Amino acid sequence: MTPGRLSFFLLLAPLVLWLGLLIVIPHIDMALVSLRARVAPGEYTPSLQNYADFFTQPLYLVTFARTAIMSILATAITLIIGFPISYYIAKIAKGRSQASLFLMCLIPFWVSELVRTFGWIILLRETGVISGLLQWAGLADQPVEMLYNDSAMMLGLVYTSMLFMVVPLTTTLESLDDAVIEAGYDLGGNGFSVLREIVIPHAMPGIVSGCIVVFMLSLGNYLTPTMLGGKDSLWFTQLIYSQFIVRFNWELGAAFGFCLLGASSLIVWGMLRLTGQTLERTMGEGS
Amino acid sequence: MMTDTPPDLECRGLAKRFDNVTAVDSVDFSVPAGSFFSILGPSGCGKTTIMRMIAGFLEPSSGDIRIKGRSVLGVPPNKRPVNMVFQHLALFPMMNVAENIGYGLRRQGVSKSEIMRRTGEVLERISLPGIGGRKVSELSGGQRQRVAIARCMVLEPDVLLLDEPLGALDLKLREKMKVELKALQAEFDTTFVYITHDQGEALVMSDKVAVMNAGRFEQVGPARELYYNPATAFVAGFVGDANRWKGRVTAAHGADVTVLLDSGLTLCARGTGLAQGDRVEIFVRPEAISIAHDPHAMGEDANQIAVQVTAMLFNGANSRVLVRDPQSGAEIDVALPQSAAFAGLDKGDAVHIGWNRDQSLCFADSGT
Repeated sequence: MTPGRLSFFLLLAPLVLWLGLLIVIPHIDMALVSLRARVAPGEYTPSLQNYADFFTQPLYLVTFARTAIMSILATAITLIIGFPISYYIAKIAKGRSQASLFLMCLIPFWVSELVRTFGWIILLRETGVISGLLQWAGLADQPVEMLYNDSAMMLGLVYTSMLFMVVPLTTTLESLDDAVIEAGYDLGGNGFSVLREIVIPHAMPGIVSGCIVVFMLSLGNYLTPTMLGGKDSLWFTQLIYSQFIVRFNWELGAAFGFCLLGASSLIVWGMLRLTGQTLERTMGEGS
Repeated sequence: MMTDTPPDLECRGLAKRFDNVTAVDSVDFSVPAGSFFSILGPSGCGKTTIMRMIAGFLEPSSGDIRIKGRSVLGVPPNKRPVNMVFQHLALFPMMNVAENIGYGLRRQGVSKSEIMRRTGEVLERISLPGIGGRKVSELSGGQRQRVAIARCMVLEPDVLLLDEPLGALDLKLREKMKVELKALQAEFDTTFVYITHDQGEALVMSDKVAVMNAGRFEQVGPARELYYNPATAFVAGFVGDANRWKGRVTAAHGADVTVLLDSGLTLCARGTGLAQGDRVEIFVRPEAISIAHDPHAMGEDANQIAVQVTAMLFNGANSRVLVRDPQSGAEIDVALPQSAAFAGLDKGDAVHIGWNRDQSLCFADSGT
């Protein structure tokens, strides 16, 4: 073996180890677990029963669909809020204010997600800050409970993922030459048409890569739905958790895991097809 | 000759101040229809600010901009009958050539078939027919240039602004595009306002050139006038090459002055409003200086010096000879005549140089 090849393999080794030990092997094991059924304690037989359960139980399917739709909604809301923020940071703010605005987006992410979510609980709960303010202002005559519903959960999801939308969007928008935007106006475009024909097409790789990341984060989120969501806001990850930890039914939990993986891959693929982007381009240019 | 039709573009007392800095200081000019007007100046002189005010991206602090006689103050850029070719062209990379050209027409709500027809027509006129389907990134520098102009011209603007569009091209292509731009201007018969820091571009293409410095127009006129009769020392130094010396007036009779240069050389020159003892700057163009082996061949030239060749700077038709006056040590840049008599000139040779009094342009020293 030549020294060149040796160093190549040495450099490759961490990647191979990481992929193999943390991703490939656990997933193969999970796949095997999901494809067996327990017939007696300690006795298993290969079976598709777990997947059949998933597709026949309305609770599982409904929770699954709800999780997917709510994640898409959270992604859309994050995009709608994140786009103007990114545009402002990338194109309108200059110099120091640009850097400090970007830092302000980053600062909340220095504390753990748990603490951040708890911050929302302090604000939103019955005895919380907003409820107190409303009563003080005379807009409410009794304590208002704003926690434990879908809106509170959505708020938490959007807040948690905002940075992951703002970073790729700001990067792609910064790469758009100001003169191109000016040319759009100069040739007769108004704000809306410049946005639609020039800014958004240019930012598309960033939009798609931000959306993929935010969607994945929302779909796989466990903490936010658990802390902010109500008893009706069951999240699919909570089902997986209960199968693994509460029910000790690893087989069904593993099957759920694979269904979630399949669904998220499908939705991401659909999103890429719909926008005519490729994964290489969005990940290469976006972040 | 065009007293009844208003000029295509007219600026009156145009000024722009940013905080404490005056970028453009009360500039007046008018550009007659169908002409090629250039604003020439070093970077930071305010020429880009003027252009952005005409395009509508900046509001003037005071003064008025009129296009075809109508003031455009307060009119947003997308409503002005003016289009701009940007420095780096700013073609839309997400669109192909035809979509780029059709963009402005789409904004005007022109029908699809009409857009197709006019796009095809304008591509024909820039002699790039059939490239509508190409991506912008597939075009060469010169083609992009023409597409950028076509994208504006398809809208039939009253005035086309060009912001140093040749700056990014290499030298050969730039020379070619100069000629082509002039031809395109004639072809479209539209008023072009061109800004550049490259005197070559401005002199070759323009009907009229404004030389700008520190927010003001130093002189406005045809290229020839700027070159042969510069109004100020700045114009004399900025337009064309010149030997530039400082000195003091020792005698002045009307416009005829005698100047003792700081290097010790005494020259006869021409300059107005100068008195004995004034500090002055003298400009002599290298090609105004004649060169001879024999002192009797110099004729009547007021300034005659016997010099030694210190260097030959061969550059084809633009070749120069650097000579030195042995008494004062002053270095003088002389254009090499394109005749066989001087082909063998070499370092160390003794020659005679001379030039007319009228060709030493003399200005009061501004202290810069």
